Amino acid sequence: MSVQYPLERTAVAPLVPQLTWGDEVWSFIRKKPLGATGALIIAVMIFVALFAQVLAPYDPYAPDYASPFARPSASHWFGTDEFGRDVMSRVMFGARIALFVGFVASFVGCTVGALLGVISAYSGGKVDLFLERVMDILLAFPLLILALAIASILGPAVRFVVVAISVPIIPRAARVVRAAALAVKENQYVEAAGSLGASRRRVILQHILPNVAAPYIIMLTAQLGSAILTEAALSYLGLGTAEPTPSWGLMLSGSAASYAEKAPWIALFPGIAISLAVFGFNLFGDSLRDVLDPKLRKKA
Amino acid sequence: MRTYILKRLFLIVPTLLGVAAVVFVIMRVIPGDVALLILGGDQAGHIDKAQLAAMHKQLGLDQPLINQFGAWLWGVARFDFGTSLWTGRPVIEELLGRLPLSLELAILATIVSVVLAIPMGMLAAARQDTWIDYVIRVVSIGGLAIPSFWVGILIILLLVIYFGWGPPLEFTSPFSNPWANFQQMVWPVVTVGYRYAAVTTRMTRSTVLEVMRDDYIRTAWAKGLRERTVLIRHALKNAMLPVITLVGTEFAFLIGGLVVTETVFTLNGVGRFVVDAVAHRDYPVVQALVFLIALGFVVVNLLIDLTYAWLDPRIRYR
Repeated sequence: MSVQYPLERTAVAPLVPQLTWGDEVWSFIRKKPLGATGALIIAVMIFVALFAQVLAPYDPYAPDYASPFARPSASHWFGTDEFGRDVMSRVMFGARIALFVGFVASFVGCTVGALLGVISAYSGGKVDLFLERVMDILLAFPLLILALAIASILGPAVRFVVVAISVPIIPRAARVVRAAALAVKENQYVEAAGSLGASRRRVILQHILPNVAAPYIIMLTAQLGSAILTEAALSYLGLGTAEPTPSWGLMLSGSAASYAEKAPWIALFPGIAISLAVFGFNLFGDSLRDVLDPKLRKKA
Repeated sequence: MRTYILKRLFLIVPTLLGVAAVVFVIMRVIPGDVALLILGGDQAGHIDKAQLAAMHKQLGLDQPLINQFGAWLWGVARFDFGTSLWTGRPVIEELLGRLPLSLELAILATIVSVVLAIPMGMLAAARQDTWIDYVIRVVSIGGLAIPSFWVGILIILLLVIYFGWGPPLEFTSPFSNPWANFQQMVWPVVTVGYRYAAVTTRMTRSTVLEVMRDDYIRTAWAKGLRERTVLIRHALKNAMLPVITLVGTEFAFLIGGLVVTETVFTLNGVGRFVVDAVAHRDYPVVQALVFLIALGFVVVNLLIDLTYAWLDPRIRYR
């Protein structure tokens, strides 16, 4: 099949000017200022999380019994908590847990969900009906309650929290990707691949999966924010990460509320960090959806 | 329409059976023996073997799993969810005592959100890409981003510092003392309502935007109708379906969302009950609550779909 078709080659000459990566980023910033703001927030958070070791002024675990409940000052920008631990350092290290749990949980949940959705759509018939019912069952559990139940079984450890958060994401991703895959399946190139003798696996992996990438990425960014929120809520309720791990949700639980009157900064900064992270992901995700969703792009 | 309703009702059965099975299995894989917990302590060595066997028999744990599942389902069918291991009272009794508070909170939050969200969403859509739109979008994305328990903590903090107010311990029914009830519920409602309104505002904005591009809207403009008439009479009516669905689904999910809010405000509702039951490893209660919340969700979803089919005849023929 290595025959050259010179005519076709000339016909494929780029009609649209090829945008470099830099141009694309620049046009995203100009067209979607809110989305770019979100991306900036995320970038800063990732930077802080990666280099927390270097950036944090104190050891987040080290208690300093000489100065508990210190007000925010030049030496402790965000003040100290009831054990004299530096709140700013703990917030910085907290970004690691939040981003790690957020990325891994939404990646695992969305990927498993997307695969199930594609398999469900491509197989059709009984497989589809069965998988759809299973997803219905999982969807019937409220996100937090399902995560709560799973977390209570597995116990408080970061890897279990990831499982507890990713399971409820699976049916949501499966539903969205299945709908997209159903539309892709109707395309002639899928039929052509099938009639050329491509295996089911090949059709799914080579032809359907790449074409449902847009809804998958949209789902992934949308779930990132809510995964961070769920982690915070689980830790707040005492079913997520356990002390002394510097996790934002955990920093708000128990002690923070009881000392809040005396030292409001303990409760203030972790909350700001959670809100900012989720805000960033939501802003970015929203704009990304506008750019990636062809339906919205055409109409705009 | 009747065939559609029957078909939907029939489809509920396997979903509910599946939900029951999942709940049952989850509760069985939890490490730890319920009988041991009741007899006190996790250390198996200290407990008499015969006593343990008797407790197993009493709880029906010596039966094969499938029989246990059958027995539990039979109980569920008769609204008998067993007794709480923690308080020793029937689960259903404990639940009914807490339900009014959660229901009131959920209903009030829904009202607040709908009243705020629909005008805001329409305004943002009508003034797309102006500063009004940006402000509404940022405020509503904020509502999704700010954790409700943190809003709760901040509200309590401000009230305590400036008014010396603390959350009351006992729930006052709106029927016995409306004012006391209002004072108690207003902040939790604000906390829950903000997030709820944010979700609804975003949905209203995007569906109105979509509808505004339709041909009949151009016709309405061409007829020279005022903006208000075009927006309310023509756009809103057709944009409402997805919004109604969202409000319904969110309402069904609200019980789950109340878990944190009720914990922050120390309200003794259903959400708090779930957290306490999980913490106390009160299996019959967790099992019953998770099942009932899922059941509520399935039923609300069915009602939404039926409303949809009733409002939009095209759906019935799919």
